[in-house]
Amino acid sequence: MYGLINKSVQAFLRDNYGSALWAQVAHRAGIGVEGFEAMLRYDDSLTEHLIDAACAVLDRPRNALLEDIGAHLVTFDTVRRLLRFGGVDYCEFLFSLNELQDRGRMALGDLELPSLFLIRQCGGRFLFEVRGAICGWGAVTAGLLRAMADDYGALALIEDQELAGHGAERVQVLLLDPEFNTDRGFALTAPRSRGAA
Amino acid sequence: MTPPAATPQGSVVLSADALGRLMPMFLICDAQGRIDALGPTMKKILGGEAALGALLTSHFTLRVAQTEEGDSPDRVAGTRRRLHLVLRARPEIVLRGSSVELGEGRVLINLTFGIHLAEAVRAFDLTETDFAASDMAIELLYMAEANVAVLGELGALTSRLEMARRTAEAQALSDPLTGLANRRGLDQAIDAEMAALAQGGSAFAVAHLDLDYFKQVNDTLGHAAGDHVLMIVAQRLTRELRRGDIVARTGGDEFLLLLRGGTDEAALRRLGERLIHRLEQPYTFEGKTCQISASIGIAVSLPIEETADHGQQTQRLMEAADRALYAAKRGGRGRCVMAGEIGAG
Repeated sequence: MYGLINKSVQAFLRDNYGSALWAQVAHRAGIGVEGFEAMLRYDDSLTEHLIDAACAVLDRPRNALLEDIGAHLVTFDTVRRLLRFGGVDYCEFLFSLNELQDRGRMALGDLELPSLFLIRQCGGRFLFEVRGAICGWGAVTAGLLRAMADDYGALALIEDQELAGHGAERVQVLLLDPEFNTDRGFALTAPRSRGAA
Repeated sequence: MTPPAATPQGSVVLSADALGRLMPMFLICDAQGRIDALGPTMKKILGGEAALGALLTSHFTLRVAQTEEGDSPDRVAGTRRRLHLVLRARPEIVLRGSSVELGEGRVLINLTFGIHLAEAVRAFDLTETDFAASDMAIELLYMAEANVAVLGELGALTSRLEMARRTAEAQALSDPLTGLANRRGLDQAIDAEMAALAQGGSAFAVAHLDLDYFKQVNDTLGHAAGDHVLMIVAQRLTRELRRGDIVARTGGDEFLLLLRGGTDEAALRRLGERLIHRLEQPYTFEGKTCQISASIGIAVSLPIEETADHGQQTQRLMEAADRALYAAKRGGRGRCVMAGEIGAG
């Protein structure tokens, strides 16, 4: 798959724990310390090695780490902005997630984002089914949805419910207050001089 | 909300409010060409309520292929083709759309931003809610932004690869210890020079230089001292030569020089003797001093035909320089010999 996904993991580790820790993880995973190129393709198994190595070095459970990685994605302005195109408020954003995989393909023809499917919605309760090539996209999604709730200023309880068997995971969002905090804001066109994310 | 009532003729009656929700950039003009009703986004673009009652032509100019008629509302209504309306306040923004007659001279126009979408969004501070849900505007903006991100990554990747390529190339053509060219680097330079010569370029010379007594430095002071001496030799040679000349380290204590500054034998010999003199100056390494010398053989390129085999010519030139070097060594070291003097080349 695209290095973009591995590079996000690399960026998460480097930004939060420093270059020395990244070097340790890279060494353990058998990857050069220079890491990944977003637009080059790498073998899927490398992603698994990378996550395993990060869990071992940080001594953290896989799902907790993946949730943090998901939340970290939103700190990249490019990612945040592309996600915010999904809707004016958090509720509309949640509905737009059905299209996430297709939107990813729109940006990059063969980008393998997980498919998200809103299977039930009742009042403020949203239940998503997440399917992806790698086990753990559910946790990444949960982290991302949590960070996006903050971004929209919404108060929501997000729960990653791992589902045995089917290869699908479930994420539940309980939207308590869509206007709990101030929205961080989003202009349809980005300021002209924008630094690289 | 009252549902739109369908009349027996099959026409639909909609309130301006409902129409505005479906088509936020609609305009209705009366028979005099004055704006009678408009959608919420159009209101934003035209500066609010004041737009009501204004002449359509006070806000827009009609861009048409044929201009035999003026910008009349009739003309706006009459065309079945696409309308292109230029905003008078911002001529860089052109709106695109179509119109239908409503009867009694009234015209309904629905507009959208074509390729000027991003400028318009910036100019009028538009948000998602300013566009109809059926409008592709948001997807277009999303695509443009995703495209910039992807191209940015690709651009960065390309420059990193280019840097890596240049580094690899530089490494492949240079000697890591002294930073001088290596044999490959020198061969490339001589090939290029030989090709230029065949095209009428200047003649040049090749000097083969071998250090004398260098082995003793390695044996008595160790390899670190030897490496140090080689680095200083490289510096001294580079300093003595002209900018266009090339110095290559082609073996342990062996150097090849490509000399582009003329082929006058006397001048070349003086240069060779100056180089030897410079290299004979003492070297200091960790408080210890040592001395070496050098032998040099120099050969000058001969005129060649454009069709001649450059490789063969190069080989001949190198062999001549080798023989001159051998003669210099045999003659007692610390000497410079010209290939011409030994009657070969």
